[in-house]
Amino acid sequence: MTALAEQAPTFDCRVDFGEELAALARADERIVAVCNDSVGSSNLVKFREEFPDRLINVGIAEQDLVGVSAGLANAGFIPFVSAAAPFLTGRALEQIKADVAYSDRHVVLCGQSPGMAYGELGPTHHSIEDLSWMRAVPGLRIVVPADPSQTRDAVRWAAASGLPSYIRIPRFKVPAVTPAGAPFEAGRATRLAEGDDVTVIAIGTMVSRALDAAALLRAQGLTARVVNMTFVEPLDVAEVVAAAEQTGAIITAEEGLLSGGLGAAVAKVVAERHPVPVRMLGVPTFAPTGSTSFLLDHFGLNAEGIVKAAREALGRA
Amino acid sequence: MTAVKTASRPLELDAPVAAAYVERSALLRAASPAEAAPELASIATRIRRDVLTTIQAARMGHVGGDLSVTDLLVTAMWGTLRLDPHDPANPLRDRFVLSKGHCAAALYSTLASCGFFPQERLTEYMAPLSPLNGHPNRVKVPGVETNTGPLGHGFPVATGCALGAKLRGETWRTIVVLGDGEMQEGSNWEAAMTAAHYGLANLTAVVDRNRLQQGARTEDTKSLEPLDQKWASFGWEVRVIDGHDHQAIKQAYAPSSTGRPVAVIANTVKGKGVSFMEDRVEWHHKVPTDEQVQLALEELSR
Repeated sequence: MTALAEQAPTFDCRVDFGEELAALARADERIVAVCNDSVGSSNLVKFREEFPDRLINVGIAEQDLVGVSAGLANAGFIPFVSAAAPFLTGRALEQIKADVAYSDRHVVLCGQSPGMAYGELGPTHHSIEDLSWMRAVPGLRIVVPADPSQTRDAVRWAAASGLPSYIRIPRFKVPAVTPAGAPFEAGRATRLAEGDDVTVIAIGTMVSRALDAAALLRAQGLTARVVNMTFVEPLDVAEVVAAAEQTGAIITAEEGLLSGGLGAAVAKVVAERHPVPVRMLGVPTFAPTGSTSFLLDHFGLNAEGIVKAAREALGRA
Repeated sequence: MTAVKTASRPLELDAPVAAAYVERSALLRAASPAEAAPELASIATRIRRDVLTTIQAARMGHVGGDLSVTDLLVTAMWGTLRLDPHDPANPLRDRFVLSKGHCAAALYSTLASCGFFPQERLTEYMAPLSPLNGHPNRVKVPGVETNTGPLGHGFPVATGCALGAKLRGETWRTIVVLGDGEMQEGSNWEAAMTAAHYGLANLTAVVDRNRLQQGARTEDTKSLEPLDQKWASFGWEVRVIDGHDHQAIKQAYAPSSTGRPVAVIANTVKGKGVSFMEDRVEWHHKVPTDEQVQLALEELSR
């Protein structure tokens, strides 16, 4: 259990997703929501009440979900496709590739309940692979908000971008971590804490835990820079290089598979530009049974796990 | 390394051909199916010849399906839909989607006949860096609505187009042409349910029923019959026609009379028009020799 999670109020970002999408829809009649029987789990019930014609439910049919959305974009709409992340990215992967990214359609894919948010329901319902899969699709922007304000920023950014994108929306409750007025731009990370000894680059649910880890490290006489890498694609390459050059060691933390996600993206930059020790924290394989909170602790995805990795990277384990 | 001839120039409007197309297609659209049929047939013969020489130049392609779908393509683009090569992104244009994207040579030949790009660019089909990829790319080829190739993709996208028109209260319509083997893809039946549920009377799905897929007959691979009953049971208005009879095709492309989406099952012959290719499985993507192309062109000019 982390300090921020214990002390600060926490939020289900689906609330902010649904409210912000409705606010956008009021201002722009091109905005539509497309669901696969996922209206409630996407927090779009109020959206449907306000815009009954602009909430399209194609039923439990993910290939059709994404294909129809590409067609709606062809017809001039800006579709927000909202579905559980494992089914959206896994079942419809080829539609995301061919109909959205390769066809260069402005479709916003909204992966709900990602990572291990469905805890006890097991690996069929976990979405640990989504970042690896989405990173493998050329042209797709990948946004991972860490808290409510970033979720709203991500929705607004995606609507205005004109680009195919994937937003990974946390369901596991997170505290607010983003300073008011922080800029939200594609390819731009947010530095949340300064430090000289090591940098923790985190996304989504791991960002508050990285801040807690920095507090623990400080008590041990080590200072950690904490970076929220909101855009996994395009990655903030300059921020990664600066972390390598200026702090000499990097820890990545993500609620997702170690093959191909944030850690892999960061490691590529470090290996090519400025090699320094890197330790990647994530999910190594299909998870055992347990709640989200239990599983995060089980895989060392908490402040203590980040501290341990940092000390290892610094040769001070 | 030997130098490879590349062809990366963008495709540009063929203005005189486009102007003639706009004028002539308006007349054919307005004409009765019987009146329009002879000219549509003559255009289709020209497209078949272009398909053969296009594949001859590339030494690649899917000639059997190109020849089975030609009449369906020509009747859609010349005799039914409102398209304008001068303004291919006009929001109110009708949409044509070729879901069986491997028959790109037939699509490209038809688009060129309308003036979307010059006919001589067909020689660049599948050449290095050519915009005319083996499967159509909407970013590079004007007149293409979505990138197809993997089967079971074009129909759901076309369904989204039709749904979009209905939500906007606009009157443009969408025609999508599918291969029959492609009906084995589950995504198509997902789209069939969606279109019926939303009452998309502005959508026409055409099945190029040539009864052959890449490796064998459809009925020996995974049977589709009774195909008309399948569509009807999914809530579609079904029209079964001879897919080489331009009068029947134009009639079948008429808007829905029931408020339901329209499925046209077009019975066709793979390799149609070239006797030694007709209904033979090996001509799915076999490339004809120069002598065979010559024989085929002679047969088509009779």
